[in-house]
Amino acid sequence: MKKKRRDLEEAAIRAFFSACGVLAVLALAGIFLTLLVTAVPAFREIKPAEFLLSKTWDPTSPEKAEYGILSMVMSTLMVTGGAMLLAVPIGIAVAAYLSDVAHWRVREILKPVVEILAGIPSVVIGFLGLVLVGPALAKVFHTGNGLNAVNGSVLLAIMALPTIISISEDSLNAVPRAISEASLALGGSRWQTLLRVKLPAGLSGVIAATMLGMGRAIGETMTVLMATGNARAFPHGLLDSVRTMTSGIAIELGEVPYYTTHYYALFAIGLVLFVITFAVNLVADVVLRRYQEREQ
Amino acid sequence: MKTAARKGLVQALGFLGLRAAMGLVLAVLALFLYDIGRKGGGAISWEFLSQAPRRGMTEGGIFPAIVGTFLVTLITAVLAVPLGMSAAIYLHEYAAPSRLTRLLRLSIRNLSGVPSIVYGLFGVILFVNLMRLGTSILAAGLTLGLMTLPWTITASEEALKTIPLSYREGAMALGATKWQTIRTNVLPYAVPGMLTGTVLGLARAAGETAPILFTGAAFYLPFLPKSLSDQFMALPYHLYIMATQHHAIQQVRPLAYGTALVLIALVLGLNMGAVVLRYRLRRKQR
Amino acid sequence: MSDDRPAVKIKAENLDFYYGPARALKGVTLACFEKKVTAIIGPSGCGKSTFIRTINRMNDVIPGTRVGGRVLLDGRDIFDPGVDVVELRRRVGMVFQKPNPFPKSIYDNIAYGLRINGMKDKRAIEATVERSLRGAALWDEVKDRLDASAFALSGGQQQRLCIARALAVEPEVILFDEPCSAIDPIATAKIEDLIERLKADYTVVIVTHNMQQAARVSDYTAFMMLGELVEFDRTGTLFTAPARKLTEDYITGRFG
Repeated sequence: MKKKRRDLEEAAIRAFFSACGVLAVLALAGIFLTLLVTAVPAFREIKPAEFLLSKTWDPTSPEKAEYGILSMVMSTLMVTGGAMLLAVPIGIAVAAYLSDVAHWRVREILKPVVEILAGIPSVVIGFLGLVLVGPALAKVFHTGNGLNAVNGSVLLAIMALPTIISISEDSLNAVPRAISEASLALGGSRWQTLLRVKLPAGLSGVIAATMLGMGRAIGETMTVLMATGNARAFPHGLLDSVRTMTSGIAIELGEVPYYTTHYYALFAIGLVLFVITFAVNLVADVVLRRYQEREQ
Repeated sequence: MKTAARKGLVQALGFLGLRAAMGLVLAVLALFLYDIGRKGGGAISWEFLSQAPRRGMTEGGIFPAIVGTFLVTLITAVLAVPLGMSAAIYLHEYAAPSRLTRLLRLSIRNLSGVPSIVYGLFGVILFVNLMRLGTSILAAGLTLGLMTLPWTITASEEALKTIPLSYREGAMALGATKWQTIRTNVLPYAVPGMLTGTVLGLARAAGETAPILFTGAAFYLPFLPKSLSDQFMALPYHLYIMATQHHAIQQVRPLAYGTALVLIALVLGLNMGAVVLRYRLRRKQR
Repeated sequence: MSDDRPAVKIKAENLDFYYGPARALKGVTLACFEKKVTAIIGPSGCGKSTFIRTINRMNDVIPGTRVGGRVLLDGRDIFDPGVDVVELRRRVGMVFQKPNPFPKSIYDNIAYGLRINGMKDKRAIEATVERSLRGAALWDEVKDRLDASAFALSGGQQQRLCIARALAVEPEVILFDEPCSAIDPIATAKIEDLIERLKADYTVVIVTHNMQQAARVSDYTAFMMLGELVEFDRTGTLFTAPARKLTEDYITGRFG
């Protein structure tokens, strides 16, 4: 019967797509579980409090191996924080320029140009940090080689800019025209309107953009690995050489013997990274969606 | 009158600041591209592109790295493209909108923000160890594929979202089955967008280093990979090596610049290819 | 309500419809007669669109919905598990509120339904395309540009194209869901003429918020409010001598 055969066919196709959906979700859920399972054995030997609060990370010490990630966490926070200090104001200013100052023709050209920045691979940015930005910063701050937290911050800021610019610009453009026209009609200048009406109205988008940029900066590996010097000590200033969580994994995973506490400890760092970035992205996502729903 | 003049001045200064920010970003981009273009351009030659490294990688070219990156990206595509598109079709066309599907979607979106090195860790456990693929081009490709998957799913679903409900209803009202509707009246219009998003994801994967560091990329191999279980050289990893790990870093700097230029050209080329592809497919439809 | 009625094509019996917990149709019982035009009028949100979208089970597509009661098409319940929904939708065509041509050529818009229903012979397709376009009074306007994009047509032409598209698969019933709400008065007049002629061959059900339109084109009119059928009668009777006060208030414009 025609109907029977067709129903069967439809059911088969549906089953195929469902299976693909389930498979994809399983694979992705597996990432978290696998990390968790591989990280847990680390804590047979390491006290969680020591892991999170000790500044000393010295797994290969002949006397007593130490597994404290606080220096790496601090390094990550420092580099990321510095990057945000640079990227957020510049990113918002560029977004405001694109949405409120630039002629639409100029805007249509500049937007894809900014996107090019997002397309440059992180290893290339790291390389430029090594050969171009680092040496320049060394001259400005009179430090040795310029491979320090500031260098990392500058590079991560550059990498975070396209995200911050494009999402902030979208949110500024989404501010209803009526609101800004009301301000203009009251005699506000375009600048006042931008500053006092549009920016506050688009604030949630700007916050989400910042969070997304931050998530990217926290998780970035190659750039910081190549451009921040990777010193293991606890950093005391932005001109110190730092080793972030991502660099720590990248440097040591290649040499660590499998299935040792050291090996598991590296996965524990990975798990911490996963949880932090997932949380940051989640907040950004929720802020962004809520705000988009309100627009609709 | 005075306040009006002051308002005008403040605005002029404010806008000047905004323009300066834009100028700064453009200047940085220009500086980056110029530096790589100028110093990398000098290293590029037919020999550089077509030969293997020689004399402890102080001479010769990057051919094995180009081939390796091409192959590993191919494996990435084989995993991430069909599975990603199919999963998106499931999520958007078949799955009933429930709390569960919303949760799935949210997780998938957020997984595309998980650091690439975390995917690398996962690749080490799952592909290299558990599945016993060893450090190989297959393990590295699958790791990159998994990293790209959330991206392709999200981009494909966005593309499906742009197809109006009326196309679906119109087809069904004429007696089309669900799959007929999707195949003949949804996918043809969604595929350009799906492909664009997917190619952008692949471009990102091709430029990634962290996920392949421990899953298959090799420091130096004088030959091309012969099978999927061989290690391989890759452009991004090669650049990392040439820039930081080589015994004669200053001497090989021109080669590193050349590698950086080829890598940038490849990734930006793929990006541009995606945009052109979308443009042409869209035009064909009209 | 009297007399010598023609055969019943569609009969809804105690039809309920729920969007989640919201009840959009409340026990609607209504018959549509073969080769007549039945208009359904009522204020926005009265359930008239829901009603006709239930007849070809388009509402199946919306998740979280539920149906109660029966709809008989030629005496057979369309919700019976053995019913082929795809075949039902071929037999019961639909024209939507906003013209929704596919982003294809004029020709391919009509041929689409033929192809998905398995017609392969090129000549037969060509012939059907022409017949359908003539049937929808569009042939003369587009015969020289069948390859042009359907989007190049005006709104009224697009809607007639959608009618032609529905005719091509040889339905028995055509449902119109406020077909003129998005087009201008002149185009509306053309479509009304067309509906007038279509009833020679098809059973037509039209939802409209425009009472004059219902009065002009239909043989029978149903008035619905808040998901319930208030009154059903010959169009002439309903508009001149409504049995219920509610109907009278509505058609005299006492509420809107």
